Amino acid sequence: MDDKSILIRPQKGWINIDWMELYHYRELLFFLAWRDILVRYKQTVLGVAWAVLQPVFMMVVFTVIFGRLAKIDSEGFPYAVFVYAGLLPWTFFSTAVSQSGLSLVSQQHLLTKIYFPRLFVPTASVGAGLVDLSISFAVYGVVLASYGVAPSAGMVWLPLLVLLTILAALGFGYTLAALTVSYRDFRFVVPFMMQAMMYISPVVYPVKLVPPKYRWLLALNPMAGIIDGYRSAILGKPWNLTTLAISTVVAIVLFVFGLFYFRKTERRFADIA
Amino acid sequence: MTKPAISVSKLGKSYRLGMEGKQVNTFQDLLVGMAKAPFNRLKRLGEHHVEADDAFWALKDVSFEVRPGEVVGIIGRNGAGKSTLLKILSRITEPTLGEALLHGRVSSLLEVGTGFHQELTGRENIFLNGSILGMSRAEIKSKFDEIVAFSEIEEFMDTPVKRYSSGMYVRLAFAVAAHLEPEILIVDEVLAVGDLEFQKKCIGKMGEVATEGRTVLIVSHNMSAIQSLCPRSILLRQGKIVDDGKTDTVIKEYLKFLEKGAANPFENNPERKCSGEVKLTGVQMLDEAYQPLAHPISGKPLILCFDYENTVKASRMDVVMTIFNHLGVAVANLNTRVVGVALPLKERGRFSCKIPRLPLPFGDYRIAIALQLNGTNVDLMPNVLAFGVTVSKFYKTGLSPDIQYSSALMDHEWFF
Repeated sequence: MDDKSILIRPQKGWINIDWMELYHYRELLFFLAWRDILVRYKQTVLGVAWAVLQPVFMMVVFTVIFGRLAKIDSEGFPYAVFVYAGLLPWTFFSTAVSQSGLSLVSQQHLLTKIYFPRLFVPTASVGAGLVDLSISFAVYGVVLASYGVAPSAGMVWLPLLVLLTILAALGFGYTLAALTVSYRDFRFVVPFMMQAMMYISPVVYPVKLVPPKYRWLLALNPMAGIIDGYRSAILGKPWNLTTLAISTVVAIVLFVFGLFYFRKTERRFADIA
Repeated sequence: MTKPAISVSKLGKSYRLGMEGKQVNTFQDLLVGMAKAPFNRLKRLGEHHVEADDAFWALKDVSFEVRPGEVVGIIGRNGAGKSTLLKILSRITEPTLGEALLHGRVSSLLEVGTGFHQELTGRENIFLNGSILGMSRAEIKSKFDEIVAFSEIEEFMDTPVKRYSSGMYVRLAFAVAAHLEPEILIVDEVLAVGDLEFQKKCIGKMGEVATEGRTVLIVSHNMSAIQSLCPRSILLRQGKIVDDGKTDTVIKEYLKFLEKGAANPFENNPERKCSGEVKLTGVQMLDEAYQPLAHPISGKPLILCFDYENTVKASRMDVVMTIFNHLGVAVANLNTRVVGVALPLKERGRFSCKIPRLPLPFGDYRIAIALQLNGTNVDLMPNVLAFGVTVSKFYKTGLSPDIQYSSALMDHEWFF
């Protein structure tokens, strides 16, 4: 059998990931993400400016409510600077998960008409979010400058943290995308889940608000360690290494689980979509 | 012996039907049933059991081989399993049993414009669609100008596709597809779209593909397209192969079956789509003396007489009839709306349509009929009647032109 031959037969159980095939189709991943990015701000008046306005609005609202009114501790930094560092990964994560969770059902016409690695559909949704994330980073630079806060040397760890955020988003995205195809209930579950998750993630409050003996529980939410990590890396506050370690492990486990769960259910997508 | 390009062995695909015949006897059963329903759904959505008693076999025990460079047509009635077969070979869905082996780069076109995004421009969609169909970016770039030229809509390249007319949309989509260079091409019914001129261009392009030594598998209802493109055809019926061989013979077999279906088209007719408001209950062919007729004669009157039942007290309806020849070409359309009458309805009754001088050359024909209330089909039968014409009184010689060059007869005179 040469490399161009294709064998079609029923498959059972857990299915391996065909890395060769993913590599072969890699340009399609780029095109799908490119499409998502192009489409996102088409026919809007403000266009890409929304990518700037969204995080800024959130920052202002949270600063007024949680910083001024609720007076939540911001670990010695201006509240706006503190909350934005949390919003960076959180906004990316929640948008990426919501979009990729719905990506298969919103593109079922593709699933029933043509073959390509299905993994690319949710992956492209997550990938498209990276553009907004980089814009948010640029805006954060301006915010930091206007508050006169210098970024710390921990910034060198930022790429690793971004990678970890992507893995966490993909893990959730794959699982939810596959689940939503079979059980449309998840259409309603995902928005609710993201809202609930924000409250169990230290976006508007610091990790230290949680009593030390419960921190491991908090860290089971991968975004908890990641968000805290962003603050340590950018603002130079002390690292909570145990929290980060637990979150990292959970994120990786989720990613691997999502990947294989998706592969396992993938072959039925066209029949039930 | 060369390796086959496609070899399929004992391929089968079963789907589960939605309903299990469980009776609800008491209110309590109903409540329990409702409470259990989500759990049953969970179970049912989980693993797919081949043995499930509500399984429906869309395809069963299908085996065939296609040699490299062969062009094969797949024909059959609706629901015969043609699309399922193509979906399995395109890897969109998995077979339940059996296997298929394909040698070579495969492209499948089950639809034109798969992945087109309404918001994107023509130019952007060429790249997106090309990539989804399996072309590399470099390949699309190098063929871009050719694709644009083939589509004949150069001036709209920077307009979002949502502002295109449906004709433009199809042109662009087909232009991309026509520039694929697969070794095995799998096509479903895409010839059925677009205007006639463009269809010809596409068939021409496909013929080119076929002569370039590629292996092609085509599903179509257009028998003349199948006949002109495919030397060999496979006939499917209820998920099984019933005939595989030279296209002419296979099409004959197919039409024989269509006629058999027409022997009693009013009962258990899978092709019929009837909502029951007004429905046909019988049909008869009559001659000018209103005597039943089995073989209409070309050039003589033919009266088609239909019985109906009207259950909704509708007062008027429209009727559309199409006469198809043995190639599946529509020869004529007889339409109450076009001639400007609406048939008044009773509770039950009959109506008839008279063709004063039947203008058909020798051949086999089939009639499709649709009853319409306010423009909506209430009874549609693609095979209400089938007949052969073997005698012609149309021209005074009694001769009939070769069907290859004529689908209808026309009065004409010669001058010297």
